[in-house]
Amino acid sequence: MSSALVFAVAGAALVALGLHALVVRAHLLHKILGFNVMGSGVFLVLVGLAQRDGVDPVPQAMVLTGIVVAVSATALALILMRHLYALTGATTLED
Amino acid sequence: MNASVRIRTAWAHRLVAAAAFAFALSLVAVMFDMPIAASKLSAQVMASLPQSGVDHPVTAVLLNFRSYDTLLEIGVLLLAVFGALASFDTPAAAAACVASTANPLLGSLVRALVPLMLLVAAYLLWAGSHRPGGAFQAGAVLAAAGVLLRLAGMVPTFLPPNVLRRAALLAGFVIFLAVGLGALVTGRALLEYPREWAGSLILLIEAALMISIGWILVSLFMAAPSPVIEENENT
Repeated sequence: MSSALVFAVAGAALVALGLHALVVRAHLLHKILGFNVMGSGVFLVLVGLAQRDGVDPVPQAMVLTGIVVAVSATALALILMRHLYALTGATTLED
Repeated sequence: MNASVRIRTAWAHRLVAAAAFAFALSLVAVMFDMPIAASKLSAQVMASLPQSGVDHPVTAVLLNFRSYDTLLEIGVLLLAVFGALASFDTPAAAAACVASTANPLLGSLVRALVPLMLLVAAYLLWAGSHRPGGAFQAGAVLAAAGVLLRLAGMVPTFLPPNVLRRAALLAGFVIFLAVGLGALVTGRALLEYPREWAGSLILLIEAALMISIGWILVSLFMAAPSPVIEENENT
């Protein structure tokens, strides 16, 4: 197994872990964290698979773009969660 | 929550864990089976690199070959910060913002670090044309400096948007779009830079992007409403 595949397999494991947390955890902060772990797994799969025959700058640039978008989306999600907490005191979406 | 519901939830969680594991296994199986792509994008990037205006392939992809992605990316950042600022109700929330940590060690550390961080940001911006670096890394360092200043209590807890701060938010997107539309007006494709100016145009766009990304990330941090009951934040 090449090192590129090790990255991709680790990425697949992160996707599964994040997906599990996203579904199972009720706390919104856990959901946001799980979603981020899942996103990092996707980035790792993308970069890892593309490295099997040498370095490819195109997926690297796309992942860089994706990271910045993920950071801003996470920030917005955290702000919305804080608003929910400030307005209702709830940290989950369950009734 | 009664006992039967709890048991049902536990089984549902086990089911989700099994499904996630199966999903990971099938992903891995596909990866081992997947052929290497026939078209070599990296070779094409390397072949067109001399025309791009920069010497680093990732920067060339980000700011020239696929600059559309980057333009839309700064657009997404802007949307996120608009959402954050729109949901921020000044001045009541600004008054309730978390007090800065009055830590003398943090204060002196920040005084030493922030000038260095500004220097690193400028270096990263310049380095992007020929080695790993560029507007995003530089903007992230600038944002980290802003967050440190905010945590050390050296800037006000919330700075309401004025003309200058709005300009800093918009600079990256507007200048990027202006360059792209300028290419369109002068008879080229959207975002197709004139070859002899490509290097300087990319540096101009990256400088504007760095300022915008840094300020957008700082604004997102500052616009977060304060936790009402602090001890509940850790649960």
